Amino acid sequence: MMSLHDNRRWKPRLLECEIPASNPKSLQISKPKKVNLRPHFLLLKFAFLPGFKYPVAKTGLPLWMLGLDADRLRADLNRLLAFLFHQGILDEQYLQLQQLQDESSPNFVSEVVNIYFHESEKLLRNLRSLLMDRDFSDYDKMGIHLNQFIGSSSSIGAKRVRNVCVAFRAASDQNNRAGCLRALELLEHEYCILKNKLHELFQIEQQRLLAAGVRYPMLN
Amino acid sequence: MEEKMGGSNGEDSGEDQFPVGMRVLAVDDDPICLKILANLLCKCQYQVTTTNQAIIALKMLRENKNRYDLVISDVNMPDMDGFKLLELVGLEMDLPVIMLSAHSDTKLVMKGITHGACDYLLKPVRIEELKNIWQHVVRRKKPDSKDELAAPNHDKARGGTGEAGQTWVACSSDQKVNKKRKDQSEDEEEETEDNGRENEDSSCQKKPRVVWSVDLHRKFVAAVNQLGLGDQAVPKKILDLMNVEGLTRENVASHLQKYRLYLRRLSSVATQQANMVVALGSRGPSHLRTGSLDGFGDFRSFTGPGRFSSASLPSYQSRGTFGRLNSSAALTLSGISSGVIQPGNSVNGLRKIQPVVFPANQNQNGVLFQGITASIELNQLSQTKSTNHFGEYNCVDERNVFRISSSFPDARVVVGSSSNSLSTASGNALVLQGNTQQVQCSAAFENLPSFGMTSLNRESNDLSVRGSSNCLEHGRCSENWQGTVQLSNFPPSNEQLPSNNLQESIPWRNSSPSNGCIALSSMASSAFLGDSRADMLCKAGLNNSYSHVDSRVSASGSMMDQSNAVSSNTNDVSLFSHLNGEAPFAVWLSEGDKSSFDTDLRSNDNFLFLQSKPQNGFSQNNFESLEDIMSPVFKLEQNNETAFMDGGFGFDVAYPLGSCM
Repeated sequence: MMSLHDNRRWKPRLLECEIPASNPKSLQISKPKKVNLRPHFLLLKFAFLPGFKYPVAKTGLPLWMLGLDADRLRADLNRLLAFLFHQGILDEQYLQLQQLQDESSPNFVSEVVNIYFHESEKLLRNLRSLLMDRDFSDYDKMGIHLNQFIGSSSSIGAKRVRNVCVAFRAASDQNNRAGCLRALELLEHEYCILKNKLHELFQIEQQRLLAAGVRYPMLN
Repeated sequence: MEEKMGGSNGEDSGEDQFPVGMRVLAVDDDPICLKILANLLCKCQYQVTTTNQAIIALKMLRENKNRYDLVISDVNMPDMDGFKLLELVGLEMDLPVIMLSAHSDTKLVMKGITHGACDYLLKPVRIEELKNIWQHVVRRKKPDSKDELAAPNHDKARGGTGEAGQTWVACSSDQKVNKKRKDQSEDEEEETEDNGRENEDSSCQKKPRVVWSVDLHRKFVAAVNQLGLGDQAVPKKILDLMNVEGLTRENVASHLQKYRLYLRRLSSVATQQANMVVALGSRGPSHLRTGSLDGFGDFRSFTGPGRFSSASLPSYQSRGTFGRLNSSAALTLSGISSGVIQPGNSVNGLRKIQPVVFPANQNQNGVLFQGITASIELNQLSQTKSTNHFGEYNCVDERNVFRISSSFPDARVVVGSSSNSLSTASGNALVLQGNTQQVQCSAAFENLPSFGMTSLNRESNDLSVRGSSNCLEHGRCSENWQGTVQLSNFPPSNEQLPSNNLQESIPWRNSSPSNGCIALSSMASSAFLGDSRADMLCKAGLNNSYSHVDSRVSASGSMMDQSNAVSSNTNDVSLFSHLNGEAPFAVWLSEGDKSSFDTDLRSNDNFLFLQSKPQNGFSQNNFESLEDIMSPVFKLEQNNETAFMDGGFGFDVAYPLGSCM
């Protein structure tokens, strides 16, 4: 067990230069500030002052340096989110989802997104099988599937997927089979992008939480 | 915003802290939306139950009707159509139902409304929208007492988003605050308070509103006749003679007063070829403060909210007849605080508000205006709002008196008219009471607290058109009001006033000069600023054409929609007395043209809309749930096809002045 005493000695400093403990709700969309890093450099300089003894973890790194990960990850997370918003893959509804996550429902977002993946894949399969059918004529049924897809996508905040679905629905309303096929292709494509990005997002988030947990073992 | 009435009084927290703890049943086959919705509702501090099948939902509802306060349901569900569920819930349990859908197609929304949904939300659902859904519960529970009292609930709803009628609600609440009503309203208020507290308990606590239906009025008249109009006709005795349950002495008293005034007016009108008759009775006794038709002095009573300047009366020459309003009286409604729509006092010319009562024997225009309770602010550019009271006036059995109340708040209307003395067109309430079979659509307006009009029974022949027109005129009531007055030959069609501030311009027969557009409908917040300097044009004519005479109406979008929705039953009855001495006013719209009228109405932007003056911060007509208003309207529409005039008021009908006596 690492000596907590040493941590305590450094903690005030860490707190000074850290961004306050990351809160999943307060994800910033804006470009991550580089300011955070500066104090670390200062600390680094400070730490290497001759004669200055600083606690060293078994890994050989000063304990406080491990905390950098959380920040870096947080920065990465913000960057990714910013990117997704910019590309239109996600929109504000996703943020609302995040706000719904709290102590009473700690994994809300990931649960919802997992259900979404599950349902969406089912829907996509159905849609494809409908369209592939040579004798397909039941556009109403397709419309129903699409409605559900639109609803769930918009509730998640998946803007691009939703938009493609809307176009798909329009084509379906006009009984335009070719248009529907094209839309389906596009939809599957968009869905893949979304899924990958969301997975990435979750991974970063998980790592960040882990890193933050390490930094403040007592607080956890 | 969440807390409704006061805090807990030591009672069970669930009951008293409504809307906290409101029990919602959420139905959606999409698990993602369901989960998100459940979470959102929890965040709003409601108690949520969820299910993904409509059948199960129905089962749960049927098990215990009182277990839930509100149902939110998706439209597209595999096992049962959302609309069907909506209907069943409405029929069996009478719970408010909110529809949810990813599809924003107007037709679907319309369908939802016609099937009785309280609201129609689009996915993705936002928490702000959910924060307000409790109003539907309250509204459902107290449809009657809401008209005047817009309870504090509504007050809170002011901050809500996306609710139409907010202003109205706010107005109502203001009205409540400033009400001039006496004990009755206080009684009602207390009742509401109590009811509000018990909201959670029973799902149906409706306070019956006194609707002076034709039958009721007949009984009343019979009783009065029996007693003799002199000293003997005291409310108590009349009440005993009538022997009607649920009628209080106060109801009878105010109705009697109105009746007396009406009679007085009739006699004086007999000499006039009135142009306009605006009769507005306030709805229910509570609204009738002064239900006197005579002079506006009496009608000053506006409910409420002190926004009205009662004024206008001074300039009125009250005596019984409504002065002709030259030019169109614009009904303007501005943020109506009080929800009462007062009959367009403004109708009576600006400054001289003379109710014009056309003698029944007059030509077809037997339009009798009764009781104008309007607060018309004459000469006043104050931005007071007056609401129009629509009184229900049933006094005439056989006559077609349409009550149209329109409020003319800021008389913006004014088309081309002279200076507007109608600075604030206070309610031009044109109330035409018709007692033909056509019935009035006011039933639809029951929900609107702001409108004093009592809904006339469908069966009744009274047409009361409630409309508070939102006239966005501020102080500019020029002579030409744009009252929408539509007169044409009879058979008046039922006019269903769109509930929210809809001013329908009724095409004048030919009135070139004055176009009075009386906004007939306008129920929603009617804040009338109004001066009625109204020249209401009353053009009675046999004309069936609904040419909207230059009505310059600025329609506010909402009104348009409303009117569209409701216009099917429009009665074009608007009476404006034409100040310029134009004679007549025919106030009846031919039913035959109803459809065309409808179209006209819809397509025209003759509607006067008030642009709400921000003065009270109620800009725009915010109608409180439009759906609330619409659904009864539609129901009425659906149910009462036959009730529409079938030739009704027309000239064939004799409107003997004395007929009601």
